[in-house]
Amino acid sequence: MVDTPEISQGRCDLHCESAVTDMHDLETWFISEVLPLETALTQFLRNNWRKVDDIPDMRQDVYVRILEAATERRPQPTKPFLFTIARNILIDRYRRERIIPIEGVEDLEAIFVASPEPGPDRRAIARDELRHLQVALDRLPPRCREALMLKQVEGFSRKEIALRMGITEGTVNRHLYDAMNLLIDIQNEGSTVPEKTP
Amino acid sequence: MSESQQQLPGARTLQERAIKWVVDRHVAESWTEHNQNELDAWLKESPAHFVAYWRAKDSWNRTELLGALRSLRPVRPQRQRPQWTRRAAVAAAALLLGVAAMVYLSKPTETRYATAIGSRQTLTLRDGSQIEMNTATALRIETSGNQRSVTLERGEAYFRIKHNSKRPFVVTVANHRIVDLGTEFSVRTDGSRTHVSLVEGLARIDNLGADGKARSTLLKPGDVAVATARSVSVSKETQPQLANQLAWRRGILVFDNTALADVAAEFNRYNDKKIVIADQAVAHLRIMGSFQANDLQAVTNIAREVFKLRVMQKRDEILISH
Repeated sequence: MVDTPEISQGRCDLHCESAVTDMHDLETWFISEVLPLETALTQFLRNNWRKVDDIPDMRQDVYVRILEAATERRPQPTKPFLFTIARNILIDRYRRERIIPIEGVEDLEAIFVASPEPGPDRRAIARDELRHLQVALDRLPPRCREALMLKQVEGFSRKEIALRMGITEGTVNRHLYDAMNLLIDIQNEGSTVPEKTP
Repeated sequence: MSESQQQLPGARTLQERAIKWVVDRHVAESWTEHNQNELDAWLKESPAHFVAYWRAKDSWNRTELLGALRSLRPVRPQRQRPQWTRRAAVAAAALLLGVAAMVYLSKPTETRYATAIGSRQTLTLRDGSQIEMNTATALRIETSGNQRSVTLERGEAYFRIKHNSKRPFVVTVANHRIVDLGTEFSVRTDGSRTHVSLVEGLARIDNLGADGKARSTLLKPGDVAVATARSVSVSKETQPQLANQLAWRRGILVFDNTALADVAAEFNRYNDKKIVIADQAVAHLRIMGSFQANDLQAVTNIAREVFKLRVMQKRDEILISH
């Protein structure tokens, strides 16, 4: 599936003069540099914040801040920058909610040592990613999984999926929404959903 | 969602909204400029919207990777396929009304139809019968008052015939004649061999011998006849096997433990850019799974990533070697 440029006109809230190229570059940067760190980031936030329900919002804050920073200048390298933002957000929250963390915020250095950047073996990572996806997929409700597989693997159109599954096209969409929401949840907050060993 | 958030909507809400955008965009029959403007407007409301959208899009794109992985696993038995075929056929008939070429059987003329490499076309005859032409196929339809007759010159076609005992429908391939007795069937010829797969109903295949005598074989659902100039042999296929063979009607190729050389040959029927197995040592590697007929990328990915083969892209061909 080929994506046409998302932004067709200039002007956006992120102060950018030439929105078209900038947003496109930003998207590429965000997807290739920031999103791969999501698991580590989520884990870091969770280690330092008790209320699991708050994590998605905090992560969103981190993303918005790094995105705003990146419109000026891409942080290089990304990882320490991202985790510094996360740390600042955590400290803000402690202050605001008058919490004094017993151990303080986890030592950032330890994180960087513990989880190295994606190394040179991209193949192994890709294989790993596929395996994770497969495991995640196996945990979807059968109808959601069926709809997603028919679409993404077999390449059926929505009409064909509806016919095959004996449901309306609207329901096909709803199954796909649910499938994607669950997939993202499973992949990114592994510990909130019971883990099944591959 | 926690109250202490600034004015941003909860991340969860945005995730759900973003997924809707991404899914709608990818499954919509048509994504209009209006849709795109709406999406753009939503994105511009907040950087958080961009973040949510990119995140959802990335996840969606990664599920496409899954296709490559899935094609290494055995194809699941497709128990719903026969029903689907019928239901889809009804829907397709309705759907194609505006698109398909109409052929008027009453005129005693002969019309020739051909499809290019990689394309398919459905012909709807006046009596409601349909002929789905696969890639690189040529056929002639001859019409007269009491005879409906098609000559398959090359390629492959699926026939869904409205039976009429007063006006038999006859498909001729080389020296074979397939006479419909109320059927759905598929015919594929590569010059020396002709395959006839009977999906529904009944058909008769007449082999016209050199002596001018016809030997007849009756085909029942699930029968696949392989006809050469001299002989006709019939074997039985299971429903899933038959469904896999006919997956081209959806633009899909299904392989079940198929040698790489045969996989290449099959893809080459559908694509101008040809896959060349430059090394006999790898020709026997086996592949399972389903692919879009035009998705050469998927094949090269598997060759490269799974079999660790060398893949060389040239202008007109893709060389695969050890």
